[in-house]
Amino acid sequence: MIRFANVYKEYPRSGMALNNVSFIVGRGEFVFLTGASGSGKSTILKLIYLDEMPTKGAVWIGSTKSPGIKRGGISQLRRKLGVVFQDFRLLEDRTVEQNVAFALEVVGTPRDKIGPKVSRLLTRVGLASKATNFPRELSGGEQQRVAIARALVNDPFVLIADEPTGNLDDRATRGVFQLLKDINNAGTAVVMATHNMELVRRNEYRVLEVNRGQLVFDSADQPQQRVAEGGR
Amino acid sequence: MRLALREALLAFRRSPLLSILGVTTIAFSLFAFGLFSLVALNIKKALRTVEERVEVRAFLVDNTPTDSIATMMEELGKRADVLRVEYIDKEQALTRAREELGEFKDVFEAGFLPASIDIRLREGYRDPRAVLLVADVVRTMPYVEDVRYGADWIEKLHRIRNIATATGVVLGVAFAAVAIIIISASIRMTVLARAREIGIMRLVGATDAFVKAPFLVDGFTKGVFGGILALFLTWGAHTVVSRNFLQTDFFPPLLIALGVVAGAALGTGVSALSVRRHLKRIQ
Repeated sequence: MIRFANVYKEYPRSGMALNNVSFIVGRGEFVFLTGASGSGKSTILKLIYLDEMPTKGAVWIGSTKSPGIKRGGISQLRRKLGVVFQDFRLLEDRTVEQNVAFALEVVGTPRDKIGPKVSRLLTRVGLASKATNFPRELSGGEQQRVAIARALVNDPFVLIADEPTGNLDDRATRGVFQLLKDINNAGTAVVMATHNMELVRRNEYRVLEVNRGQLVFDSADQPQQRVAEGGR
Repeated sequence: MRLALREALLAFRRSPLLSILGVTTIAFSLFAFGLFSLVALNIKKALRTVEERVEVRAFLVDNTPTDSIATMMEELGKRADVLRVEYIDKEQALTRAREELGEFKDVFEAGFLPASIDIRLREGYRDPRAVLLVADVVRTMPYVEDVRYGADWIEKLHRIRNIATATGVVLGVAFAAVAIIIISASIRMTVLARAREIGIMRLVGATDAFVKAPFLVDGFTKGVFGGILALFLTWGAHTVVSRNFLQTDFFPPLLIALGVVAGAALGTGVSALSVRRHLKRIQ
């Protein structure tokens, strides 16, 4: 479903960010992406949601190949992906329900279908009672749930999460992570970049570790050793 | 479209000061251009009034037959460069001379001045070369004793007109360029203020056209309001000048409409360029 084939990514200023990275993420899989800051985790995620294109090699997201995809194709693909970030990226001047509805309006969903779908999503993430609140009125964990609801609103086949618990306390982290697990159990693949090794150890999901732009560990190859030396 | 209008309205409500600043910037940029255009318009009108006096006067020998005069006038009247042909007999020439040179009216005696054919030229044929061409044709006609057309005066007028036109074009382009640069900077601020929102739009799958639409509505609205405000400011300045200093003309209705349309086009065009430039930087 997601395939990296000998991917290199070089930035003009900061140099090589990814060096010959290859892996496959299957349908409905949950994958942790770990590694130190600046190791290349975010670059891998950016290549998946097409914020960046590989310098060399190829990335397949479903049937879409990058590089080679046109700008219009990027919009179409992103409608099938959900992306959440550490800093939530909510629109501060819109309510919770407006933030979620926004993702539906952008893709031209008929008005009569937006309301019910937003309500359903907010119930699913446990925020039905906060629909008319503004993001600043919510806790960090709640804001991340709104971001997740927005990411899920167009029924993506994969949810990409870049440090989604990075700004949250333990309790909120557990809540948000449980939500991601539920989403995965419902059939959506999840690729989650994280620094939280405790979270990685406690959950039996596949781990990909990057170090200095190289994929140094894939637990699918060494199932008995789920977390590499560098990640301990 | 409904969504684009809503987003544009939301942008205004979110940062009304930025929107008002945008409208004011457009208004004052167009006001400066409008004032310049108004000055240019009035100078052009004044020059045209002077140019209307350009004429070729063919003095006729005494006792020129009436039918020959009629033939000459008919022949000249058919020319594309001739606006009007008028026969001035000796009596009329005397009256006119006494009117034009009042203090010497006693000097002129009846029959002193020759009859003439006065030829007024059409607009576009009042430059020295065109006037000389008509004068040369007239000079070859029978019964024409002398041809006068104020060669020096026409030459000077033509030079002044050329200088005025060149200055007008250069200053007009400079004013327009300054207006466009200032308006671009103002609208660019709007785009940058909403950079985060644009990023989120793209992230959830918005097409470039969808992202652009609210900015185009925003630019169009600011352009229209800025254009109308500039028009009022220019009209105010014109009224003050007309009442206190010099009677001047204001823009005709067509130019007024064109001014507002130009404001709208400028606002929309600059917005489109700004947001396109921003979108080029992000995926």
